[in-house]
Amino acid sequence: MIKIVNIGMNHETAPVELRELAAFGGHNIDEVMNAISSIKDIKESIVLSTCNRVEILFTTDNEKGGTESVIDFLCRYSQISREKLLPILYIYNDQEAIRHIFRVGASLDSLIIGEPQILGQVKEAYRIAVDHKSSSVILNKLMHRTFSLAKKIRTETEISGSAVSISFAAVELGKKIFGDLEGKKVLLIGAGEMAELAATYLVHNRVDKIKVANRTFRRAVEVADQFHGETISFEEIGDQLLYIDIVITSTASPEPIISSDQVKKAMKGRKNRPLFFIDIAVPRNVESRVNEIENAFVYNMDDLKGIIESNLSKRKNEAVKAERMVDEEVIKFSEWLKTLDVVPTIVALKEKCKKIRQIELKKTLSRLGNLTPEQRKRVEDLALSITKKVLNDPIVFLKGKENRSSRDLYLDITQKLFNLGSDNENTNKKSYK
Amino acid sequence: MDTLFFRLTLIVYLIASAGFLFFIIKKNKNVGYWSHRIMLFGFALHSIYLTLSYYHLGAVPALTFKTSLSFLSWTIIAAYIIFQVKFKLMVLGSFVVPFSTFLMIISSTVPISTITVRPIFKGVWLPLHVGTSLLGDGIFAIAFIAALMYLIQERQIKSKKLGAFYTRLPSLNSLDSLNYHAINYGFLLLTIGMITGSIVAQGSHGSYWRWDPKEVWSLITWLCYAALVHQRMAAGWRGRRSAFMSIGCFLILIFTFVGVNFLMEGYHSFESLERSQLP
Repeated sequence: MIKIVNIGMNHETAPVELRELAAFGGHNIDEVMNAISSIKDIKESIVLSTCNRVEILFTTDNEKGGTESVIDFLCRYSQISREKLLPILYIYNDQEAIRHIFRVGASLDSLIIGEPQILGQVKEAYRIAVDHKSSSVILNKLMHRTFSLAKKIRTETEISGSAVSISFAAVELGKKIFGDLEGKKVLLIGAGEMAELAATYLVHNRVDKIKVANRTFRRAVEVADQFHGETISFEEIGDQLLYIDIVITSTASPEPIISSDQVKKAMKGRKNRPLFFIDIAVPRNVESRVNEIENAFVYNMDDLKGIIESNLSKRKNEAVKAERMVDEEVIKFSEWLKTLDVVPTIVALKEKCKKIRQIELKKTLSRLGNLTPEQRKRVEDLALSITKKVLNDPIVFLKGKENRSSRDLYLDITQKLFNLGSDNENTNKKSYK
Repeated sequence: MDTLFFRLTLIVYLIASAGFLFFIIKKNKNVGYWSHRIMLFGFALHSIYLTLSYYHLGAVPALTFKTSLSFLSWTIIAAYIIFQVKFKLMVLGSFVVPFSTFLMIISSTVPISTITVRPIFKGVWLPLHVGTSLLGDGIFAIAFIAALMYLIQERQIKSKKLGAFYTRLPSLNSLDSLNYHAINYGFLLLTIGMITGSIVAQGSHGSYWRWDPKEVWSLITWLCYAALVHQRMAAGWRGRRSAFMSIGCFLILIFTFVGVNFLMEGYHSFESLERSQLP
């Protein structure tokens, strides 16, 4: 009986120091793949290594032996002692292993539920396995199901719907105000890391020009260069409000830098075109009354955090729906897996008949002496069609038992009736490799 | 035959409305696309109905309250289809189509009244007057709906409570720009409607302007929209202020369309149109 096993650790079970030790980096992945596929009991394998998880997914006939060998390998590779390693590992088999990989692919097992990168990482891990020819019938199917399920969950639930990082939430808001961010002008007041990150996202959304004002001029030049923008002085901010569309403030100033009167005045000059302030400074750099001005929108750190929290809880609600979809898919896949059980017996049956046919043909043809190619072919066809027709009914019968509980009984009977036990081992491997 | 098409239209619009509501609630794009197609089919049926009515009546089918409501509903959908080409805001359909369907339902409850077609109802000026005025009204309805959507979305963003509408409604900029264009085109058509109307009046009553209540209220509506267009273009109004004003203008327009006919007597009222003699 073929088993699917998943051994791994993730952000919940293992601290980062240990995950780092076990992580399979880019250059030694070939080595790892070869080492794992050369383990005797392992038939197919996929290795997934990201910053939040290390997992080895494999199929085996010998569940215990395979699992032990993989754990041994992990100990050797990571240099973590067995006693330390075991408590941080999870070992899933069969349905649980299937469910786990489905959940990982659909980003239900991620640190931030619904984050989109993991699917790409799983796809990459699968591509490497395919390159190493270590994935075959079962894992191929399992991975394709994982990908299609992940896609389905992403489109049918809102698990990755709304922003869960400050910068992303800000960009999303910008899009809801301006529609398209293309060509919008951005002013950074203060050039902290957070502001830089938000600016990077905005640049991705093809904003026009980024201007930077900072107390230390050198830093302003540094950041401006990074975005091919320009620097302005603090005194120019008032004038700039006439042209800028998005202002990101992040200075350490204890007093507000942007006052309500200033914005009111600017609004007249800019003919009421919307102005969006992203104030990630604490204490705030933009007077809160600015938000009361028509066509001016102010979001400070607390507002953005509030949005992210509510979005995260929305994602958790959506995850319930997604888990249900995973459950359905696990059942479907397990059903399919069961159908594989009859395959080795059918293959063995066919092999046996083929062997008999070949032996008997050899005997008969040598006795018949000189035959024309035409006659020879007729005899061969005769033998072939007899074996085929004899086998037809038993095979149809066995296939019909694929999902029944009586399947094992009939497989057993078939193997005994036709004495298939002797070379079953070989055919079993061939059947899906 | 006409009533058959009327009923079919109503049924198809009802299905499209249900689809559009499902689309906005569940955010299911496929349902949205299909609702749009169903609506187009309904619009085709509606057009056939109006053509048949025109053919049977020999005059533009908007001379009774019943038929003018249905005609208005047709112009709103027409305006929506035209604006959809440029703005591609499918979610607008979730507001426009149910609104239009609502007008059709009212129209279906009004009993059919027979009308004597006077010679003045024939000819080119009356259809032109009715067509442009009502198409202008339809476009103003789009502006009204865009303004409502703008206010809802603006409320969400300003209050920092991003509720269910936040993700569903389009950006403030597209709603404002839709409102802007709708007001401009609506105003153009309303102006043409009033000029052609005075030509019709000259033909039927011998004077271009008679201070009839409908005429007076149309003038008030026209002045309101003129002020709005001016404020938008010259004073740079946009966003909330112009949204409020376009909602106000539309309420006056509704009064001009409905209220004047029932509350005030004049030759424009449907009652007097139904009579065979000129007042």
